[in-house]
Amino acid sequence: MAEATANGLGQHALHAGHAHEAPAAVTHADVHQEHPIKLYLVVWAWLFILSTCSYLVDYFGLHGYLRWSLILIFMILKAGLIVAVFMHMAWERLALAYAIILPPILVLVFVTMMVFEADYTLFTRLAFFGAGP
Amino acid sequence: MAETLTHIGQTEPRPTGWRGIAADWSSDQRAFKNVSWGKAMMWIFLLSDTFIFGCFLLSYMTARISTRVPWPNPSEVFALRIGGSDIPLILIAIMTFVLISSSGTMAMAVNFGYRRERRKTAILMLLTAALGATFVGMQAFEWTKLITEGVRPWGNPWGAAQFGSCFFMITGFHGTHVTIGVIFLIIVARKVWRGDFDTGQRGFFTSRTGRYENVEIMGLYWHFVDLVWVFIFAFFYLW
Repeated sequence: MAEATANGLGQHALHAGHAHEAPAAVTHADVHQEHPIKLYLVVWAWLFILSTCSYLVDYFGLHGYLRWSLILIFMILKAGLIVAVFMHMAWERLALAYAIILPPILVLVFVTMMVFEADYTLFTRLAFFGAGP
Repeated sequence: MAETLTHIGQTEPRPTGWRGIAADWSSDQRAFKNVSWGKAMMWIFLLSDTFIFGCFLLSYMTARISTRVPWPNPSEVFALRIGGSDIPLILIAIMTFVLISSSGTMAMAVNFGYRRERRKTAILMLLTAALGATFVGMQAFEWTKLITEGVRPWGNPWGAAQFGSCFFMITGFHGTHVTIGVIFLIIVARKVWRGDFDTGQRGFFTSRTGRYENVEIMGLYWHFVDLVWVFIFAFFYLW
């Protein structure tokens, strides 16, 4: 993976992936996110490929769990590439990554609650109004 | 930034009263060690925006699950007749590619910014803005098409009435974000072109000295707009 070069005081890049000890005295030069252009072009190409794949899911009219799982897989891969490389989250320290990425994942709890709620609403509608027109 | 930090071993009399409250809350802690406040705050703003779009998509999910009436098939609703045959979802696919391309040019603009190649940075940012404007234009076309076909927030010719309200709410909010992004891209691109970030000129609004990091922070917002579209594309158009 490309290395983030730190400008300013010439300090070494802090690799987010490696959990090695941070320097005791953290220097406060901002770590500039500078990576080879080629990396962005590769990610760009992958985003095109993944988007094409997710479009083809619809084009070929796949149905049921195959369709839904493919849509979700391509979506997560695309989102991951954008956040990790384009937004440079892969090179940030874990404190920032967890602070930003964990809370949206907790929305899944809300999703679960609303699935139950919506199912119940549908149940009452069917019970009182009958099947749809 | 650095002046807000208290070094270990340094003993200074602590201020009292309101100044003390402000000082105690702001000066001792620093969670994000190597990102500037601007970048951290943009991330936190994006986090809050994630919840807004999350709630939209959640309410869409709830409406779609709970309705007795069949949901209109997006594949057919968003099909375009090109060359005598209906191609499903083609406009949305093109919009997706346009937005991804704008994310690519934005990422490269950030890169050239840190290399201090201001012409290339500004041109790539303007290209990003142009692609963003193209996206909004295509969305306007899509809205026009659907409205003339009779889609309203309270009903549509094909099925569940909630389809229209979800569609206008979600894509409308996303389109607003893209539009705001285009405006800010043009503003920042102008500053880059003028060399504001080379000379450390102060901004007209915050009166803080500009740095090339501003381009990266702008980029974070733009990539977020692209990120949201990934989810809208998956859940609203493909599902």
